[in-house]
Amino acid sequence: MAGTLAEKVWDAHIVRRGNDGAPDLLYIDLHLVHEVTSPQAFEGLRLAGRRVRRPDLTIATEDHNTPTLDIDRQIADVTSRTQIQTLRTNAAEFGVRIHSLGDADQGIVHVVGPQLGLTMPGLTVVCGDSHTSTHGAFGALAFGIGTSEVEHVLATQTLPLVPFKTMAVTINGALRPGTTAKDIILAVIAKIGTGGGQGYVLEYRGEAIRALSMEARMTVCNMSIEAGARAGMIAPDETTAAYLQGRPHAPEGADWDAAVAYWSTLKSDDDAVFDAEVVLDANDLEPFVTWGTNPGQGLPLSADVPVPEEIADANDRVAAERAIEYMGLTPGTPLRDIAVDTVFIGSCTNGRIEDLRAVAEIIKGKHKADSLRVLVVPGSARVRLQAEAEGLDQVFLDFGAEWRNAGCSMCLGMNPDQLAPGERSASTSNRNFEGRQGKGGRTHLVSPLVAAATAIRGTLSSPADLVDA
Amino acid sequence: MEKFTQHTGVGVPLRRSNVDTDQIIPAVYLKRVTRTGFEDALFAAWRGDPSFILNQDAYANGSVLVAGPDFGTGSSREHAVWALKDYGFRVVISSRFADIFRGNSGKQGLLAAQVGPEDVELLWKILESRPGTPVTVDLESRTVTCEDVVVPFQVDDYTRWRLMEGLDDIGLTLNHEVEITDFEQTREAWRPTTLPAKHLPSVEIVAARPIG
Repeated sequence: MAGTLAEKVWDAHIVRRGNDGAPDLLYIDLHLVHEVTSPQAFEGLRLAGRRVRRPDLTIATEDHNTPTLDIDRQIADVTSRTQIQTLRTNAAEFGVRIHSLGDADQGIVHVVGPQLGLTMPGLTVVCGDSHTSTHGAFGALAFGIGTSEVEHVLATQTLPLVPFKTMAVTINGALRPGTTAKDIILAVIAKIGTGGGQGYVLEYRGEAIRALSMEARMTVCNMSIEAGARAGMIAPDETTAAYLQGRPHAPEGADWDAAVAYWSTLKSDDDAVFDAEVVLDANDLEPFVTWGTNPGQGLPLSADVPVPEEIADANDRVAAERAIEYMGLTPGTPLRDIAVDTVFIGSCTNGRIEDLRAVAEIIKGKHKADSLRVLVVPGSARVRLQAEAEGLDQVFLDFGAEWRNAGCSMCLGMNPDQLAPGERSASTSNRNFEGRQGKGGRTHLVSPLVAAATAIRGTLSSPADLVDA
Repeated sequence: MEKFTQHTGVGVPLRRSNVDTDQIIPAVYLKRVTRTGFEDALFAAWRGDPSFILNQDAYANGSVLVAGPDFGTGSSREHAVWALKDYGFRVVISSRFADIFRGNSGKQGLLAAQVGPEDVELLWKILESRPGTPVTVDLESRTVTCEDVVVPFQVDDYTRWRLMEGLDDIGLTLNHEVEITDFEQTREAWRPTTLPAKHLPSVEIVAARPIG
């Protein structure tokens, strides 16, 4: 029977099929753990006298709470320090591999998995974090879970789950210069809405997706959750295999050949039926920015801040009014005229080496606008090392940017990197909710290219705006 | 999880409706890393009031909460159930529960027993006029007994079975441990393991410092 990519991966992991609407029991190949959603899961195991069934399919890292400065000193915030210390204690007690702050393999959990070669096509990958969808870029079925489910996976290496629906998201054509994977996913979210993907696994396909690097594919899949989807996937191809080959945990020899042969079967059949379909043309895309307080409130950079009175749908109108008020914007203002205080480059969406290279290429030899600060935060310690090996750190420092240690940083207000109330950012991260980057902070989600150009000009800008700068 | 067949304990009349999860346990307690010891957090905003029901000696050791309709609405936090259990409650009786709260209760071994609104009123009257009166909740017969009053309660068959067997979600899955082990035997050799750990050579990471 014809199947979609998601269905094929699902079917290959059924330990026990549920009947009459009961959930299937699904085997989990890889469980990523971090300090925020795991403490009570480990405590639950301890209280019930249970062990971690497969420590060898589990890996932990510290990211959400970690500072990006002075990482060799004690963490000032007591809650953050306790969560991190608890993770270390739990990892030691239950025999789980951990990469702690200061370790060369520490970093954002969704950057660490792929760079170690642990994330592969055809796996089921879970983590107590909604951006686990990132790993779907490899053709893995990867999704975020809650703390009870974290405990369930630790104890049983399985999860009872009801199958997701499938949505084909086809991106035809080719991206134009100055546009990126971030613009693709922001445009998809603006088109289907932040709830449009609810209950679905999105499969990104089409010419423009095939042309993307692995890192760019991760950017697209990362924000599937912002469209409401549980997961995003891209069928593996030569690009995927080339990225994985030679990584620390990539299979070798006969195992590699067997893996590649299997991976080549991991694509939706031509006659597979999706529950929904969406089509976009990459040729039509411009650099995209958000103006509001949810990721669906985005527009091409050439547009103006919406005028709520002109919005037909009553709910959207009210939402726009509230968002514009929170964001401190005036309806009708060209987006290009919006001045920002902070430019944040990093996160599991855009904190990988390609993102840093793209930024460095634009800012090289220039200096940031005096009116703003620029934070460049690598997604992992390895990304930081790689950037330094390529001399990118000096480009950032010469530009006037801060070059930080790895972590989630300003993507979310759980560590010292936060916006002050009323402060405005252009951010390469994934969420622009009220207070997400700090209480009262105002976030415009952008691509790394837009972030770089904005850091030069001081107002939301694309690289094309720099020609006459 | 402890098996639940019958429980007898002091009934606590909580004459309030729409007790949401923020009232059961305020968000500030969610930062903790433990999943026990939340007894101090239960109804934290109300506990400072000397007239609050749990501050009255006769009810302080209560284990059967009798609450108004729409108990447990609001966020999905599992901490709400933990706090009730940690305080010592084994049963919450109400005429209507929020779905997620009801689901979370069943998973954690707290019985959410649904009775008619008139029966809640009946129980409240007894428990308020004679503080400290015990209530017996029998899961086998699905009845609540308080003095000479016997009222039926509703709980779905699946949750009742799980509670009587003392099975949490993990316990249920572990009933199929043989199948999990069999599945593991079929996993291909190329699928990765995190142990033994492989990585590029370790390098010292230099701490970034504030600029300026």
